[in-house]
Amino acid sequence: MSKARLMQGNEACAEGALAAGVRFFGGYPITPSTEIAEGMAKMLPKVGGKFVQMEDEIASMGVVLGASLAGKKALTASSGPGISLKQELIGYAAAAEIPVVIVNVQRVGPSTGQPTAPSQGDVMQARWGTHGDHPMIALSPWSVREAFDTAVMAVNYSERFRTPVILLMDEIVGHLREKVELPEASELEIYPRRQPSKTRAEGYQPYAPAEDLVPNVADFGNGYHIHVTGLIHDETGFPVGNPKVTREAIDRLHKKIAIAQDEITHVEEYCMEDAEYAVVAFGGTARTAYEAVLEARKKGIKVGMVRLITIWPFADKAIKALAAKVKGILVTELNYGQIVNEVERAAAGQCPVELCAKYDMTIFEPEEILEGIENLAGGNK
Amino acid sequence: MERSFEQYFRQNRLPHLWCPGCGNGIATKAIVQAIEKKGLDRDKTIIVSGIGCSSRASGYMDFDTLHTAHGRAIPFATGIKLANPELNVVVITGDGDCTAIGGNHFIHGCRRNVDLTVVLFNNNIYGMTGGQASPMTPTGKKATTAPYGAVDPTFDACKLAEAAGATYVARSTAYHVQHLTDMIANGFDNKGFSFIEAMVQCPTAYGRKNKMSDPVELMKWMRDNAVMKAAWDKLPEDKKVGDKFPIGLLYQDTEVDYATAYEHVIEVAGGAGK
Repeated sequence: MSKARLMQGNEACAEGALAAGVRFFGGYPITPSTEIAEGMAKMLPKVGGKFVQMEDEIASMGVVLGASLAGKKALTASSGPGISLKQELIGYAAAAEIPVVIVNVQRVGPSTGQPTAPSQGDVMQARWGTHGDHPMIALSPWSVREAFDTAVMAVNYSERFRTPVILLMDEIVGHLREKVELPEASELEIYPRRQPSKTRAEGYQPYAPAEDLVPNVADFGNGYHIHVTGLIHDETGFPVGNPKVTREAIDRLHKKIAIAQDEITHVEEYCMEDAEYAVVAFGGTARTAYEAVLEARKKGIKVGMVRLITIWPFADKAIKALAAKVKGILVTELNYGQIVNEVERAAAGQCPVELCAKYDMTIFEPEEILEGIENLAGGNK
Repeated sequence: MERSFEQYFRQNRLPHLWCPGCGNGIATKAIVQAIEKKGLDRDKTIIVSGIGCSSRASGYMDFDTLHTAHGRAIPFATGIKLANPELNVVVITGDGDCTAIGGNHFIHGCRRNVDLTVVLFNNNIYGMTGGQASPMTPTGKKATTAPYGAVDPTFDACKLAEAAGATYVARSTAYHVQHLTDMIANGFDNKGFSFIEAMVQCPTAYGRKNKMSDPVELMKWMRDNAVMKAAWDKLPEDKKVGDKFPIGLLYQDTEVDYATAYEHVIEVAGGAGK
């Protein structure tokens, strides 16, 4: 039987990664994510894994990609300034299709910003931070337990789709302490490292897509003699400088995620059965938003909440359906207004979309969101 | 004529993209001959490179090969080695890749003494982008970004490696090809960070700008200015002038390598055998 423990979000994230099979961590200290590195430094050698503190954030990203190519599930963690530095090799991981999870415990930016006050200002960076066209998976937990669960999910998705996955935490959840009961290992579904289905003699091509459009790239050291590059390449893995291969390569990177979008885009609804209005929230902010929704209900406003667990790919279908159902949507986020644009796009004019934004180092008070709900409901009467 | 080295190349990826007269092919051949000489298991030998002329070598070599991002070969190689210490990990890099954009990774790779063999193809220039000055372009020599001669002082990558903690440091040239092969092969014997600077001629980007566009002349320059380490040590200071430079094994030490040191951590933490 699982035991209840008092645990911090960052600790739960490290535990989740470990439970999902991560056996390698490379990182660099930065608040408010450091506890993840500290947790991994302590726990990994206990299970025969390795932790290495690198000289900078770029090297931290490089070392985990190397470890992943050599067959180990790998994790790195950082915050805004560090995530900016990692972007080059996040793109490399997307292009070369290397499984890896990057945790971003968000703090106020831009630049050094307000260390280390909470923020959710890296939503668009998670999607578009590295150059060029590429898909992205990003998950955002709202509780300590969910930090564990989404860490497991992130590792599984990175392996299944052979793609970088960003675990978009925020300082609120990262440093939050809650009583949690973590699941037993036997309760978890762990996606194993994909293996080649052909031998070299049978004509194995490392970047030939399987049925799910994801290639079964061999781990280094198994005699396949594969070539891995950040240059656009064909099924052989070798660079090819022609338009058709380029188009097909970029198409496939997107399609392998797109065809599974419904399955990996998780949202949760609260008080939505009879709701006339909805709050859209994610991460630590959703905790306050939920409180505000309950307060508004007491005042007779029929409001509910839709919480985004998967941030990218964006929950287009869920938001489109929501906008068709309610009279108005209030987007609450701890930034100047980022995910609100996605909600507006998906809502496609079916109902008004208002923004409740905050970017002053402090987290939302329930009253602030309640006021937003009242304005939304009042303005539409 | 013995051409057994050809088996180490992906024949279907050739011919290479290097210019006529380039020294990169000589250095690449020296690496595979060193691998052959030491009998390294090809299935357990990984070639990792950065970006630039030198780093295209990985694509021609029939091993598991990794063409990383500019300057980042050493962090990737570190991850590979630590994830699977039974692999032999060889890094091919260039003067710009290793000492400019990858400079921090280079010194910290040396400091950690990760068991890698790093071969720097030093052509004194950014060749792939058309001949810009690198940290190893000799002061006063011309480049497209140093049209009046390079102002910057240069790095001595071997001294840098030694100071930063590498446990095997050697230099040779494309002219001294057998010696270069030996320097790389001996590097494989060192269980730690082995650094070999391979001086290679670049007649196209470096030579042409500096009135040395004939590759033969560039190689004669190597022949005339390289001094074997033993002779170099006996040379009076007033003779170590002009273009003269030492080649051979420049430094060696016996510090424990990173992966071995980490095995101790795993043992202390109770994770041995897991």
